[in-house]
Amino acid sequence: MKRFVYADNAATTQVSPRVLEAMKPWLLEQYGNPSSIYSIGRQARTAVETARRQVAAALDCEPNEVYFTSGGSEADNWALKGTAHLLAKQGKRHLITTNFEHHAILHTCAALEKEGFEVTYLPVDSKGLVTAEQVRQAIRPDTALVSIMYANNEIGTVQPISEIAAVCKEAGVRFHTDAVQAVGHLPISVREQNITMLSLSAHKLHGPKGVGALIVRKGFIPPNLIDGGGQEKGRRAGTENVSGIVGLGEAITAAVEKMEEETPRVTALRDRLIDGLIKLPKVRLNGDRQHRLPGNVNLSFEGIEGESLLLMLDYAGICASSGSACTSGSLDPSHVLLAIGLPHEVAHGSLRLTLGDQTTDEDVDYILEQVPPIVERLRSMSPVWEKIKDL
Amino acid sequence: MMYSEKVMDHFANPRNVGEIPDADGVGEVGNAKCGDIMKMYFKIDGDVITDVRFKTFGCGAAIATSSMATEMIKGRTIEEALQLSNKAVMEALDGLPPVKVHCSVLAEQAVKATLADYYRRQGIDPEPIVGKLEEVDHDHGEEEE
Repeated sequence: MKRFVYADNAATTQVSPRVLEAMKPWLLEQYGNPSSIYSIGRQARTAVETARRQVAAALDCEPNEVYFTSGGSEADNWALKGTAHLLAKQGKRHLITTNFEHHAILHTCAALEKEGFEVTYLPVDSKGLVTAEQVRQAIRPDTALVSIMYANNEIGTVQPISEIAAVCKEAGVRFHTDAVQAVGHLPISVREQNITMLSLSAHKLHGPKGVGALIVRKGFIPPNLIDGGGQEKGRRAGTENVSGIVGLGEAITAAVEKMEEETPRVTALRDRLIDGLIKLPKVRLNGDRQHRLPGNVNLSFEGIEGESLLLMLDYAGICASSGSACTSGSLDPSHVLLAIGLPHEVAHGSLRLTLGDQTTDEDVDYILEQVPPIVERLRSMSPVWEKIKDL
Repeated sequence: MMYSEKVMDHFANPRNVGEIPDADGVGEVGNAKCGDIMKMYFKIDGDVITDVRFKTFGCGAAIATSSMATEMIKGRTIEEALQLSNKAVMEALDGLPPVKVHCSVLAEQAVKATLADYYRRQGIDPEPIVGKLEEVDHDHGEEEE
């Protein structure tokens, strides 16, 4: 029987009923501006500050180290451009990152390069991992910032963040991590892990779209992102997205509460999906199997192209994504898949299935039942498959 | 990005998929690196294309344009097939998104490449008849999700 299976939780997630309920009053009844003095304004201020404490508690930092933004991309831009511009005054014009970051980091780095900054892009290995030793060797006296993603959005690999941050601390270099895919899914302590700055987004953890945060440890604040009113201590002006911020606070609290129970459950579903699909001929798992987000499955099916696979899956009611050029809208397939050394033609045939809180055993059964005949059908009409199938 | 209903129909139910073991002409265009390859097989009787089959590795538009192009030339004369333009294929499909226009060019080229192979098998230089087959301009545009 046809089902609807949402297996694209790395793209976005459904707002949970608990989050929606928490948000509603701040849109309908207590709609005041947090900067206003009357009661519904004061209540909104309290709500924003409660959410700030919730985010701080979830990530083990101080509430005054939480700056709300419009999402992960804004937080990434602020962390990188702000820090670069601040430290350039001290002659530090070098940044270190990896070659498989999200475009919010890579394109920000490219913009900084145009301004004259120098960026080192550390190569990840074939499993999609970077080492603290690579970072150590790349740090120079003029390095302003190291920015390395906590977990990759496409292949789900989790980087040795604590070790990398320790290397940065030892060298006296600020460390930023784009943790958009990790927050709510992995235990994080900004304090213990020596993270200087961390970007997060609410809609990846059953919160609303359009809200996120940049965590900045005390004393490391980059220059103001938006000048205007006194919101976010004047660093990021503009009337707060109160309901969104409340939603983020509630979502992150719920995610941390459920993590102990959800992680083993989702990991088991993920492993069953990988084991079931990897049995097909000429399939490879992209990204390290151990150091991997609980819900991430990324496979390449040789001889077929990702977009047709996604369209067929859509007919079957399954929402997924791919790193093929046709779905990225550019000439090249995913830079992440190329970074781990996949040939173009194999990268075109990639499929990402990202599971979450709502994924059930039946959903996994259904995917395991639907994918093989679709792959077989596309392969039967592929001139590439005809050449490689017997190799 | 939106596909027309016609494109989705030809993608989901592609016409003329397969191979012709004793084909009179076989042509292949595109490359796997760019993510699309079309291979066509023609059976030709006199100057009429009596049967057409194709195999395509590629996106939804690549499969749909292959299907539509083969439909449009089946039972037609070689001369008519040579006049098939990518525009005609696109129109027959009720249009293609801008980033997918190259797929229709590929389909036109696949027809020409298959006819070129047919002439070569007859010992005839195809270039004066079919023209020079050029690399397809592979511009996917700059869209982001």
